[in-house]
Amino acid sequence: MKEVDARGLSCPEPLMLTAQAVKGADGPVKILVSEPHQKMNVEKYAKDQGKKSTAVEKDGYFEVVIG
Amino acid sequence: MNLSDSKMKLGIAGILCGVVAAALALLGNPANMAFCIACFIRDTAGAMGMHQAEVVQYARPEIVGLVVGAFIISVATKEYRSTAGSSPMIRFILGVCIMIGALIFLGCPLRMVIRMSAGDLNAWVALIGFILGIATGVFALKNGFSLGRAYATQKINGAVLPAITVGILLVATCTTLMKVSEAGPGSMHAPVIASLIAGLIFGALAQKSRMCFAGSIRDVILMKNFDLFSVIAGLFVVLLVFNVATGRFVAGFNTPGVIAHSNHLWNILGMYTVGLAATLAGGCPLRQLILAGQGSSDAAVTVVGMFVGAALCHNFGLASSGTSVNPETKELVAGAVTPAGKVACIICIVVCLIIAFTCKRENTK
Repeated sequence: MKEVDARGLSCPEPLMLTAQAVKGADGPVKILVSEPHQKMNVEKYAKDQGKKSTAVEKDGYFEVVIG
Repeated sequence: MNLSDSKMKLGIAGILCGVVAAALALLGNPANMAFCIACFIRDTAGAMGMHQAEVVQYARPEIVGLVVGAFIISVATKEYRSTAGSSPMIRFILGVCIMIGALIFLGCPLRMVIRMSAGDLNAWVALIGFILGIATGVFALKNGFSLGRAYATQKINGAVLPAITVGILLVATCTTLMKVSEAGPGSMHAPVIASLIAGLIFGALAQKSRMCFAGSIRDVILMKNFDLFSVIAGLFVVLLVFNVATGRFVAGFNTPGVIAHSNHLWNILGMYTVGLAATLAGGCPLRQLILAGQGSSDAAVTVVGMFVGAALCHNFGLASSGTSVNPETKELVAGAVTPAGKVACIICIVVCLIIAFTCKRENTK
């Protein structure tokens, strides 16, 4: 699975990297972000693109899988 | 409660913030300044003796409220994260540049919107520069600009700036150590408790809505996303209604009492600096205070940069003057940008461009 590690990056980098990865991916993409609002932005981006996403809180970060 | 999941909620958050700003204007804050982050940081720096401009010295409780409001709401909603390490000294420089640009124009992006809503056409001219600055920042972002990652730090580290602001408030209210303006904008203020409560409410709303003046235009340019823009639109509309309803709306360029100047090129370049530096720093002056409140030491360093920038502006004569009326002759005295201010503004733009096109994501891995 393609993975984007955007932890600790400032806005709007996590969303830019997400968009870049999703556009070039055949399958699911895993996005790692640190901040709750970044997790929400990634989930909203997936929804806007008509894709489903699942988010899990890990130890100090969030893992969002866009499928 | 999540305020940022729909444009309507975001718009309402903007409206509520507009009501808070209007209330402060009614309660005694300077006309069309109501709630200016750059001006209030400058006033607070003056109160602590960081500069000696006697008319702009007052420890603004709004600044304390913003930081502490964001801190409290982020702790309560489990969004507090103590982080640091994303190019702190570059962020310090960006904070200095933001403040120099803001005091060339005479206001932060929030005050620009407040001035726009009151009919000040200079602010509409400055908006051109602000948008161009953000567009330059977006261009840099698309070319791989990054200040690198922030990392988790000791939890208490992120609480240092909120604690310092509380300390400033305590010293200002319980001692006579702070300087207080007896004339000029620094002498005009709402009661301390009203300012503090307004700051707390504004801070909490800004934290939950992610309100950001640079981010709103950045997202429109970069992703055609109008979410953050709807917060600003809500704020603008309520202030426009307030200004028209109370007879404060005066469309024009040289309006005495507004604390603005009509030097168009420098209004544009001042806000160009703010737009570019804020985009590179990840948010406008308001957003930096909010991020600092929710635990980001990188944003706190940007805030410290803004304090130092404010001191430099007044110690080195970089800040512009506003159009006023000579009390004796009743003649209009046009506000002006100082020669030193012009040089400083150009230096800030060059420095921001160097940062924008040398700090690449690849270099930070």
